[in-house]
Amino acid sequence: MEKLYLLDDAIISPLGFSTEENMHQLRMGNSGLSIQKPKKPEAKPICAGIIEDAKIDREFAKIGKLEEFTKLEKMAILAIHSVLKRNRSLDFSNTPLIIATTKGNIDLLQTSKGFDKNRIYLSEFSRQISNFFGFKQPPITISNACISGGLALVAAKRLAAVRKFENAIVLGADLVSDFVVSGFNSFQALSSEPSKPFSKAREGINLGEAAAAMLVSTKKPKRKSSVSLIGEASVNDANHISGPSRTGEGLFRSMQKSIKMAGISSKKIDFISAHGTGTKYNDEMEAIAFNRAGLEQVPVNSIKAFYGHTLGASALLESILNKHNMLNNEVFASANFEELGVSKPLNIITENTDIELKYALKTASGFGGCNLAMVFQKEEL
Amino acid sequence: MQKELYIKHWVKIKAGKIFDVEETFLATEEKDLNTFLKLGYQRLQISYPKFHKMDGLSKLGILASEIISRKHSFSKETALIFSNAASCLETDEEFQNSMQNFPSPATFVYTLPNIVLGELSIRHGLQSENSFFVSPQFDAALLVDYSTNLINTKMAPQVLCGWIDLQSGEYDVFLCLISSEGKTQFSEEMLRKIYYAENDRPTHRT
Repeated sequence: MEKLYLLDDAIISPLGFSTEENMHQLRMGNSGLSIQKPKKPEAKPICAGIIEDAKIDREFAKIGKLEEFTKLEKMAILAIHSVLKRNRSLDFSNTPLIIATTKGNIDLLQTSKGFDKNRIYLSEFSRQISNFFGFKQPPITISNACISGGLALVAAKRLAAVRKFENAIVLGADLVSDFVVSGFNSFQALSSEPSKPFSKAREGINLGEAAAAMLVSTKKPKRKSSVSLIGEASVNDANHISGPSRTGEGLFRSMQKSIKMAGISSKKIDFISAHGTGTKYNDEMEAIAFNRAGLEQVPVNSIKAFYGHTLGASALLESILNKHNMLNNEVFASANFEELGVSKPLNIITENTDIELKYALKTASGFGGCNLAMVFQKEEL
Repeated sequence: MQKELYIKHWVKIKAGKIFDVEETFLATEEKDLNTFLKLGYQRLQISYPKFHKMDGLSKLGILASEIISRKHSFSKETALIFSNAASCLETDEEFQNSMQNFPSPATFVYTLPNIVLGELSIRHGLQSENSFFVSPQFDAALLVDYSTNLINTKMAPQVLCGWIDLQSGEYDVFLCLISSEGKTQFSEEMLRKIYYAENDRPTHRT
């Protein structure tokens, strides 16, 4: 069976500019969400995970020209740069760059901010990042709603099986733009306070921005312990484009197929990193799907109340946290969880806990009825 | 064992024409996108009221997939691997314009390129693998490699893959059904040959 090893990573988020900083803040129970003053006086304030422009520019100035790149490009470049500086021997001629984003430079749609109008194209966003580092192959861009980041990891595994490359860089990045705020507002899906995934009092999502980058390899690293992606599946609900299936059909099937591909029994799963957005419908759907799959006893969390929903970055960002949780044998309390508010039982993690982790499941779902499940395995030497 | 894969059927929608390898379903001088899409809907005698609520990209997907599904019914696990250059930029612009007054949730939901995959999944009852890729030009190698992997690893028995682009009212659709049965070999060269056959002027930015 083909495995994809998760070698190195970086997270650029309101909680910090490295994976270590992010893990530390989560361990301390610190959230990256804050109340943002509305740009128009008549608008309501929103609660979101925003990275200060000044902080990005301070870091970016060390490696590139500030005026040449958009905010999202700077975040993405900082994430990849952080990974590459620790892996200088990477052969760019045979290392694809796979990029996940839902909206790319969507903030340029209103005003171009002096950038070329082509910059709004997702492939141009990817090209800018690729050119910065000098990747030799044209970047691959995936835009598949809120499962994009995970799907990019999956694409690396699947393409490696056909194209026979050893390493790939996978990136997920999205902004909190007026565009998405306005859109989720029109759905009345935004919570004015930090979201409460799986809780009774949950009333919607927070948006967040982040860039997450990962170096992956088909070759097992010579390390004491390593984590790899060993099973994955994505199944559409074929039910509704903006609401999840009431039976959790697509997610249930995704989990079943991914566990089957991993070649393990579902009883082996030690931990689930859920999508857990904090909307009524998503969290209920996930609870139903986890129960149908017989996973209701497995410790589960959502970190959305620490980051907000980072859209195309989220499933990759959460896979990175998942990997480090596995290496450290620790799980974090489900952020902002109060009283269980879904119709099926779940084993929500209520405090940071040390537990032995060998197999973990990551799930994600999104608009268009898409779902994704990924099984990760830890191997010890 | 690697199975030989074939292009079982293909369809194209471009510059007023809707056609497959066997016939032309519509050929019109109509320049207005919505009128053209409606003409296509009528000519193909589709009865699916939801069609009228969709954005242009989804409507194009429905028209193209309808032609293929009538000749070769899709199994429930037929995967959808689509790509384009402009993502859903037309709908993004529409939503951006609506933001000044009343941002419309009905428009916002279409501001993701993979919504067409969701619409096709609903229309044809496909509970299957979906992926939407964005590239500056038609990327035959990506479609071949990704689809081949899905079939070889038994993640999907067949794949509906291709290109579905819409910008400034110009559309360029090329979808093909890939399976282990057929006569036309599924290769990068063949995909390019069929795609570029009528495409001396692709719609993507030049």
